[in-house]
Amino acid sequence: MPGRSKVYEWFNTRADIDNILKFMKKKTVPHHRYSLWYYIGGMCLFLFIVQVVTGILLLLYYKPTAEAAFESVQYIMTEVPFGWLIRSVHSYAANLFIGFVFIHMFSVFLMKGYRKPRELTWVSGAFLLFIALGFGFSGYLLPWNQLAYLATNVGTNFAVMVPFVGEWLLEFMRGGPEVTGATLTRFFGFHVAVLPGICTVLLAAHIILIQRHGMSTPVSIEKEIETGKARRLEIPFFPNFLYRDMLGWTLALGLIILLSTLFPWELGEKADILKPAPPHVRPEWFFVFMYQTLKYVPKALGVFGFAVAGIIWIILPFMDGKSNRGERNRIFTIIGVAALLYIIIFTFIGYVAPGE
Amino acid sequence: MDEKIPRREAINYLLGAGIGALGVATLFPVARYIIPPEASGLGSSSVAAAKIGELKPNEGKIFKFGNAPGILVLKPGGDPNSASSYAAFTAVCTHLNCTVQYRDDLKEIWCACHNGHFDLNGKVISGPPPEALREYRVAIKGDEIFVSSEEA
Repeated sequence: MPGRSKVYEWFNTRADIDNILKFMKKKTVPHHRYSLWYYIGGMCLFLFIVQVVTGILLLLYYKPTAEAAFESVQYIMTEVPFGWLIRSVHSYAANLFIGFVFIHMFSVFLMKGYRKPRELTWVSGAFLLFIALGFGFSGYLLPWNQLAYLATNVGTNFAVMVPFVGEWLLEFMRGGPEVTGATLTRFFGFHVAVLPGICTVLLAAHIILIQRHGMSTPVSIEKEIETGKARRLEIPFFPNFLYRDMLGWTLALGLIILLSTLFPWELGEKADILKPAPPHVRPEWFFVFMYQTLKYVPKALGVFGFAVAGIIWIILPFMDGKSNRGERNRIFTIIGVAALLYIIIFTFIGYVAPGE
Repeated sequence: MDEKIPRREAINYLLGAGIGALGVATLFPVARYIIPPEASGLGSSSVAAAKIGELKPNEGKIFKFGNAPGILVLKPGGDPNSASSYAAFTAVCTHLNCTVQYRDDLKEIWCACHNGHFDLNGKVISGPPPEALREYRVAIKGDEIFVSSEEA
């Protein structure tokens, strides 16, 4: 092709770059009144990349032992130039990431974006959510402070309720019968090696599937197009959609840095086995709805209930025949809204209900 | 009797069995590796939880019992020099494994996580804990209060 450099041609002959560019030029995104929700997935991806970069930076100084972990984070926060910034960004972006993952999931659910042929994208996304929660749970312990020590005691304790392998699972997670320095070292391994490995594979599958299918248009919009009430509108992904994506990412990064600067993330006090649980102790906000539920129902029932609900949530696309046929399914919309309300209400109660 | 197994099938079988055996031989050490060896047995050993005079009547203290916390309480109006005035339990709440504390205003053991209350026998008074706190035996030797996991 004329006007192209020799370097381009050299690579093109070997990697068929023309083909990739052709795909990128062709890629479009549907444009309608719900289009805003399409940007949430990209936001999750951006925040994940922020986590990878800041996580690697934290690794330069962090020490994963009971004796040194708290002090090493203290060192990062007080001595290392911009250490306070890197760690605070890692913590704020982590929470924002989980928040956007939830928004992404519920928006996809309510727009029935999981319907045929996108079931596998939904399933890979559901597993990515569990991985994200695993990142949150394992990362929370790493500064080795009192709240993290207690939260890890509570969280890992649920493992014993898994039938047949519960005791084994508990010891696998804790590195012994109790939460000790062995648990910290293990969680470090999960957080920086095991989970990133699994996450990379799942994320690649998730994104490749999305590229092959394109974005899903909601059933209601499809109906309007069919009946002539609306026209099918699309915008190019490169550069129109990407520029809008990047605008959102810039705003998110700005917010994270603003929060990190004004309110650097707390370190708390070092984990001490001799200190009791303080009043109003609760896990990270994204576990609060489950934690609060266990105040009202027997432990076994609560844990079993959430396990069943989680499995149903994963296989739900296979049960939604109506959406798969391109019909509106109000029952599934109600299920989605009910699940969302349950999470919001129980999280709210967890924060405002008196401790006694 | 004279049924012959085709040569290819036999080879496939041997190959599959070989790969399977290799898999088991590889995974077994890995599966064993991820569970740590038993820590030197705590068994029925005892720890010095406090000194006499350290606790006033109607006061509790959390002490380290192996890798888990325990709680020692000098009962209200109890004689600090008598072992029977003390009560010791695991400090790990039976509900969700939070660490409990002594509430001198209520004269109860209390878990802050979900507002669980236990009496000074370890029995659940109210809240979600499903069972009593395990009680430890208290003995006094010299001026130290020893707690052991033998049946109280």
